[in-house]
Amino acid sequence: MGKVGIIGVGQSRFVRAYPGSIREMVFESFKEAIGDAKIAGKDIDATVVCSAPEYDRQRSPAGVLVEYLGLNPQPTFNVETLCSSGTTGIRAAYSLVKSGLHDIVAVLGFQKTSEITAADSQERMGRGADIQWESPFGTTMPAYFAMFARGHMEKYGTTMEDMTRVRIKASTYGVLNEKAMIRKVLTINDFNAPASRLGAIHSSPLRVGDCCKNADGSSCIILANEEKSKAMSEKPVWILGLGSASASVNMAGRETFYSFHSAKEAAKKAYKMAGVQPGDIDVAEVHDGFTIAEIMAYEDLGFARPGDGPGLIASKETYKEGKIPVNVDGGILSKGHPIAATGGSQVRAIVLQLRGESGDFQVKDPALGLVHNVGGAGLYTNVIILGRE
Amino acid sequence: MATLAVDNRFNEFGTMSFTSVTRVNDFIGYLQQGRIMGSRCKKCGISFFPPRADCCHSLDSDMEWFEVKGTGKLLSFSTLRFGPTGFTQGLPYTIAVLDYGDYKIFGRIESSISEAELHIGMEMKTCPHRLTGGHVDYVFQKT
Ligand SMILES: [Zn+2]
Repeated sequence: MGKVGIIGVGQSRFVRAYPGSIREMVFESFKEAIGDAKIAGKDIDATVVCSAPEYDRQRSPAGVLVEYLGLNPQPTFNVETLCSSGTTGIRAAYSLVKSGLHDIVAVLGFQKTSEITAADSQERMGRGADIQWESPFGTTMPAYFAMFARGHMEKYGTTMEDMTRVRIKASTYGVLNEKAMIRKVLTINDFNAPASRLGAIHSSPLRVGDCCKNADGSSCIILANEEKSKAMSEKPVWILGLGSASASVNMAGRETFYSFHSAKEAAKKAYKMAGVQPGDIDVAEVHDGFTIAEIMAYEDLGFARPGDGPGLIASKETYKEGKIPVNVDGGILSKGHPIAATGGSQVRAIVLQLRGESGDFQVKDPALGLVHNVGGAGLYTNVIILGRE
Repeated sequence: MATLAVDNRFNEFGTMSFTSVTRVNDFIGYLQQGRIMGSRCKKCGISFFPPRADCCHSLDSDMEWFEVKGTGKLLSFSTLRFGPTGFTQGLPYTIAVLDYGDYKIFGRIESSISEAELHIGMEMKTCPHRLTGGHVDYVFQKT
């Protein structure tokens, strides 16, 4: 069995409220990916659709999307693991191609979060945890991540300034990314000024500016077997490692509040499969839905030793010119977070980096890239390692 | 023919419950009596909180109730200024996890305790708590 390549990538511009329906929003990234791969819809043997269905009025969106995209009668199905749904779709598509069942599979990720209020959105995401034992206390994703921020601060002396640095880095690159929702350069004053909106507490210790914003958007990633990848693509990017893991849904089942065990497990598996070490990675996209999540990701992925994550951002080693550039497309903090479209957007960012097509935020000549995509508060993590060879 | 009564006591858990029927509904019965209970597998002796009807180690369903007693260490906490639908009236409120050694408990800090009084590692106790409409939950209080 040969390798599995990525031959096409697409992403809609992430926006606060997409002025159209889900099928039209998905059409945008699909068209871009098809054009990127220089193939036709009929070349696609199957699709995997990723969405967190709590946001959808449409039941079973896969059927609606493939009809609109002209992909009948090819098979399709939906996958979901909260915010990591997109990379779970890629994991499923990889298996379909690797097994020989299909030659070319498209992964469509989307979310239209704007049709519900912010409080409803908090409630739905909060219900991505344990609805029997935790939701009755009024939980939200920001509050769960805040518990990890507090734990990291206690364990390692991490400060709010460390977290501010993550958001400032994200803004540095978000302004360059025309597909990002938030395109404004931020400074420490945006957090520290009196009556600053970003500096206001959201869920202590996290501030409004530590939290990403929901967005509407779609992504599309097209996978192909080795033969088709080589025949159809001038610069195929290969999937070298896939690691995935889960953790206790209830916070009462977590061992620590300064690291995601699922991320460490997923990373270990992905590195092993790819036969590489953290130090070999040239560029990474990590799940920065919250500033603390990026700091924990540095440590969980082995880019920094436990507790040294804040030092990595303080020394700017995760900037474009640093030793391990992270989220140099602006990350979730700048792009916005259309839940199940996010994983595909991260994979697209790394594919473009490895092809040397990232424009203003191109890292110098990367050969190996990594994607880290977390679902819920460390409930699920997918780690994918991509390479040019 | 008489309708079979549905034991939906779990509707009474917390400010707003998202579960009505569970095989550990007796947890609510105990809570209404002022007792906070976990469950223990009779075969393995493993204590579970939240309580469960089935043991994932032995796959046995012969469980017994035990009462949560003593204190636990505060592992982490967060005070919410923004709440989900159905909870915004009670803002701000603080969620937390206590470590009892054999098990941990997720819940809320008692509302009169200010954030400044809290620190990771402090000992707290879990106490039954009544809400409006006959609902019940538990809160963490200072020892
Ligand atoms: Zn057992």
